[in-house]
Amino acid sequence: MSAVTANPMTQIGIERSPGLWALAWKRLMADRIAVVSMVIVIFFLLLSFAAFFGLVAKDWNREIAINYAPPTLFKDSHKPSSDTKAGAVDSGPAVDGAAAKPEFINDRDPLRDTINELKQQLGQSTGAAVDSGIKIVDPLADVMAELRKQLGRTGDGSAKVVEEKRLDYLPFGADKWGRDVLAKVIQGSETSILVGFAAAIVATIMGTLLGALAGYYGGKTDDALNWFYSIFSSIPYILLVLAIAAVLKQKGVVTVVLILGLTGWTAIFRLVRAEYLKHKARDYVRAANAIGASHSRRMFVHIFPNISHVVLVQLSLHVVLFIKSEVILSFLGFGVPVDVVSWGSMLNESQNELILGYWWQLAAATAFMAVLVTAFSLFTDALRDALDPKLK
Amino acid sequence: MMAYIVRRLWQILPTMAGVILLIFFLFNVVGGDPAYLLAGKISNPEQIANIRKQLGIDEPYWVQLWIFVKQVVTFDFGSSWSTNEVVSRIFATRLPASLMIGIPLLVLETIIAVCVALAVAYVRGSFTDRAAMVTCTVAQSISILVYIIVFQYVLAYKFGWFPVQGWGNGFFENLFKFAALPVLIALVVSLAPNIRLYRTFLLDEVNQDYVRTARAKGLSENRVMFVHVLRNASIPIITNLMIQLPGLLVGLFLIERFFSVPGIGREVILAVERSDFPVIKAVTVYVALATMLANLAADLMYKAVDPRVELK
Repeated sequence: MSAVTANPMTQIGIERSPGLWALAWKRLMADRIAVVSMVIVIFFLLLSFAAFFGLVAKDWNREIAINYAPPTLFKDSHKPSSDTKAGAVDSGPAVDGAAAKPEFINDRDPLRDTINELKQQLGQSTGAAVDSGIKIVDPLADVMAELRKQLGRTGDGSAKVVEEKRLDYLPFGADKWGRDVLAKVIQGSETSILVGFAAAIVATIMGTLLGALAGYYGGKTDDALNWFYSIFSSIPYILLVLAIAAVLKQKGVVTVVLILGLTGWTAIFRLVRAEYLKHKARDYVRAANAIGASHSRRMFVHIFPNISHVVLVQLSLHVVLFIKSEVILSFLGFGVPVDVVSWGSMLNESQNELILGYWWQLAAATAFMAVLVTAFSLFTDALRDALDPKLK
Repeated sequence: MMAYIVRRLWQILPTMAGVILLIFFLFNVVGGDPAYLLAGKISNPEQIANIRKQLGIDEPYWVQLWIFVKQVVTFDFGSSWSTNEVVSRIFATRLPASLMIGIPLLVLETIIAVCVALAVAYVRGSFTDRAAMVTCTVAQSISILVYIIVFQYVLAYKFGWFPVQGWGNGFFENLFKFAALPVLIALVVSLAPNIRLYRTFLLDEVNQDYVRTARAKGLSENRVMFVHVLRNASIPIITNLMIQLPGLLVGLFLIERFFSVPGIGREVILAVERSDFPVIKAVTVYVALATMLANLAADLMYKAVDPRVELK
């Protein structure tokens, strides 16, 4: 039984057999898909750590190219963004339609004149203005240019003074303000992954703690915590999240983490409680009781290591869930504040860009998110299989 | 049977009380003073005092709680803070649109997901099975937002097969013209996880002894899969369906928002954006109640599907 071997007390004097974790690790390494997905997940984690400490994508906020500079990695094109570019990437069939006719005019679109006009304006505006629509009448243009120059000097010592000449194209394209989409999506990954992990940790700690108390003590404690659980689980998750978002006025990364974490603990609670119910009557726990281990010691030193694999799989599952939820929340504008970029806020911007034919921000955010979430899901599945003691 | 139902309904009460307490705590204690919010930017102390009096916020908490409980019981949440529409009327007028999308979705999704899951479970381990599972995993990892944005752009805006957004008046016009694309998108989004889930339920069954017995006595494969296996796997499938049911009211909120469908989900989003507390409170309380009733219905359906199940 893994339950016994994992307990260091009983290992003294007994021939060592590989523990659950060693076996699980061996099984995980034998699974090729698991290894590949783990490498991808670790790569994303390192990327977001690097972004967090400012090693990469530090100056994602700098406007280095013209507005909506098209991507060149997928198609040779040195023309600015006056017409719709297309290429073969993973934004799906949207691209094929655009590829057929570069300048797409939709007869059914009541706004087509406005869009054409906008497109023309965008094509002309290559200057320093923030938004082509505002450019003509922006009374602060000079001040802004001055400020930007100063910021460029102090913000980054090694870089030259921000010159007004902007790139016409970037490998991955530029957004509305001419910022590099690649740097932006890396920065967005950092936010989304950070929120996902932090919220999953909050939810796991809360679910495990409450589940341990309910399962271990039983009786009145169990009744009370079950009541608490039934309240939270009877309100659909996303509705509860929205209700809390409506109440909490201040936006911020911490708020999002708390909203997601404090509402998403119910599944973990149920599983952990069931495990504790099962384990508390086992011999090793009674033995621990006999030698005078306290309740908290039995709960967290003796039982917890034996159920930690359940918690780990749940943690991994919830990271994916919360990353997806964060994207939706930020998209709706109830998530991270406007000055923080995340995959959700990128998708929000790309919604309007797509009508103008600028698909690259959508493609970048989608691709990054899809790759990470696919890898993470596959890894979670493999982890669950590897940690299943029945498969030994 | 009757005694069981009555007992279960009785058990709903403490949970419902908890839900009411939670919502009350959120909106009346954490949410703070809504008077400033309501009065708008230009307001004088008199106005604020007046609004407070109207809402009963200057009363102690237990009086406010009592007002809230009365609202829940009488289905009378007053009127929306932003549009002044009576909340119960909002419900009545928005529900049909949500159901118009939700019911076709649920029916189509269940039929397709069960059939595909049966097919891949039948050829488990084969290339088809693995390819289908990888497709589902990838499809599942793309955000619902991307499906909506891309489908709306390509199918509605570019190709013009569907209206880009909107809602009509006639029943058939809504069902076949305006609801078609929202249902299609929701279908694509929900099929992937459900096929995976149903496949595992079915795989638990296909290796059982009774399946071998059924084959041994010469039943056709269709009968084995659709009658014997499916019926035994139907309990977890029903559970999953029932879990989804209350979510239908609000779960489609993103789709309703994008396609300007006047449903409950869109109303929730609008209410959150406008800090329209009465609407959010009402939706949350009643959806929670609906969830509990759906759980009860699921348990009753177990009995109908599987006579071995005992209701205790």
